[in-house]
Amino acid sequence: MALNISDIKRIAHLARLQISEQEATQTLTKLTGILGLIEQMQAVDTTGIMPMSHSQDVVQRLRDDVVTASNKREAFQANAPKIGNGSVAPAVDGGLYLVPQVIE
Amino acid sequence: MINNSLKQLSHMLASKQTSSVEMTQTFLSRIAQFNPSINAYIALNEAKTLAQAAIADARIAAGDAAPLTGIPFAQKDIFCAKDWPTTCGSKMLANFIAPYDAHVISQFDAVGAVNLGKTNMDEFAMGSSNETSYFGGVKNPWDFDRVPGGSSGGSAAAVAARLCAAATGTDTGGSIRQPASLCGFTGLKPTYGLVSRYGMIAFASSLDQAGPMAKSAEDCALMLNVMAGFDERDSTSLNHPKEDYTRGLAQMIGDKPLKGLRVGLPKEFFGDGLDNGVAGVVHTALLEMTKLGAELVDISLPNSHLSIPVYYVLAPAEASSNLSRYDGVRYGHRASEYTDLQDMYMKSRAEGFGAEVKRRILIGTYVLSAGYYDAYYLKAQQIRRLIADDFVQAFKKCDIIMGPTAPSTAFKAGEKADDPVAMYLQDVYTIATNLAGLPGMSIPAGFSNGLPVGLQLMGNYFDEARMLDVAHAYQQVTDWHTIIPNLDKPNLVMPKGIE
Repeated sequence: MALNISDIKRIAHLARLQISEQEATQTLTKLTGILGLIEQMQAVDTTGIMPMSHSQDVVQRLRDDVVTASNKREAFQANAPKIGNGSVAPAVDGGLYLVPQVIE
Repeated sequence: MINNSLKQLSHMLASKQTSSVEMTQTFLSRIAQFNPSINAYIALNEAKTLAQAAIADARIAAGDAAPLTGIPFAQKDIFCAKDWPTTCGSKMLANFIAPYDAHVISQFDAVGAVNLGKTNMDEFAMGSSNETSYFGGVKNPWDFDRVPGGSSGGSAAAVAARLCAAATGTDTGGSIRQPASLCGFTGLKPTYGLVSRYGMIAFASSLDQAGPMAKSAEDCALMLNVMAGFDERDSTSLNHPKEDYTRGLAQMIGDKPLKGLRVGLPKEFFGDGLDNGVAGVVHTALLEMTKLGAELVDISLPNSHLSIPVYYVLAPAEASSNLSRYDGVRYGHRASEYTDLQDMYMKSRAEGFGAEVKRRILIGTYVLSAGYYDAYYLKAQQIRRLIADDFVQAFKKCDIIMGPTAPSTAFKAGEKADDPVAMYLQDVYTIATNLAGLPGMSIPAGFSNGLPVGLQLMGNYFDEARMLDVAHAYQQVTDWHTIIPNLDKPNLVMPKGIE
């Protein structure tokens, strides 16, 4: 199926990637080439073939219902993104991650 | 010292000919000399590295040494290493300091190996030339105008230029084997699930697998002994009994060590698209295998031509899901200005990811979007089974499969950078084993126009020991793996800034 510019913008929105007009145009050309490569699959009859996600015949392991992870909040929050241009203030406050206000 | 095998280096440490600190300093000074031009390492910390070496020396003095204690390794920057920058070659993680160790890193730490630094790579392991790295390309030590391959390009250049004793890599579609071929050394991608993915930054989780990149099969075997093993923190880790991958190496001597070995040659790997020079080197290597007693058998992998289409559905689909975690909230890059939460996500991701990563996220998002799942993702998973079944049939006729690793020798930087489809074809011979979950290996087999050529070995599930034996037998009677690039050769066009 041929893609157009509005498809690219829709996909970019789904992927939460901001994209400029110029980028969208360049992306359209490259994605069309890649999808052309992928299109070869459609010639194969796959009726009744079981899809394969893992090479070995494995099932999801279960473990005992016990606490295995310890609280590493401080170590993890040391990596919180810095706010603003060059500001060193990390986007955490009182152990909480800061994001723009969502609920009025 | 720099050309010595891991076994020789270990012996030097055990017999007190040198210390781990001295050995580590030797590699650090080579790194200081050559890394500014090669760009193999993107994070170094001399004090941290030497402190680890001093601890290893104490362990050796106490008589508590393991085979790799005190030996300095390079670690691909895809592995989280506690208190080390861990960027995965991306601006998104440029400021990320790992708060914990990946399983692979803790396995090396447990035996007292030394971490020399983190190596450059294609951004989020998406690339075959190392050109998508946010931290710049890597020079191929054989010719600085050419790429080292990718995505493990920094580890590859570090091994080839002897800027480490050996290195780790990861391979989702060929990222250990293709650079091993282009830079002329031995690299192994194990059976999927053999090495834990815990702490290894995810690209395509059903395909990602870590493995050794080293000077010989023997060195790879010693490293795999450390890297392999069940880990409950990886949900797809396989509970396979622990093996000694060096156990058969000593028997690979004498007149016909490969007597009885059936080597399958897939006709699809020797057709159009394969460079003539590469084909010639591979045929000579196969002849050498017959001299060692192996028998060549014609086989077919009839669906292998579908590997690339299938891969470029499954890998981007998994990547688009895995990379959704980079939202600028808990770690990673956050845009400096935004109007609301959604704007923050969109700007942070647009600024933090490079062009190739964005392309793959978009492909993945598209093939998983409403209405397309059956036509793309499901279809690709079905063909994946056909590709895996081809190998099941093939291994009824042979014990090991051989062919070229990459369709060409190292290409020039910039040559394919603007054409994703041409770049993707670099992995035409390696991707099928990732899809099937099988082990694959590349070993140096000769040169074409002065550039290294790799021979690919593909084994059945968990057959790494046999593959290493076969490679070792070949390396006992050939010296391709001992030939090293001359980093001072005058005909190199040196990169800007270091004339």
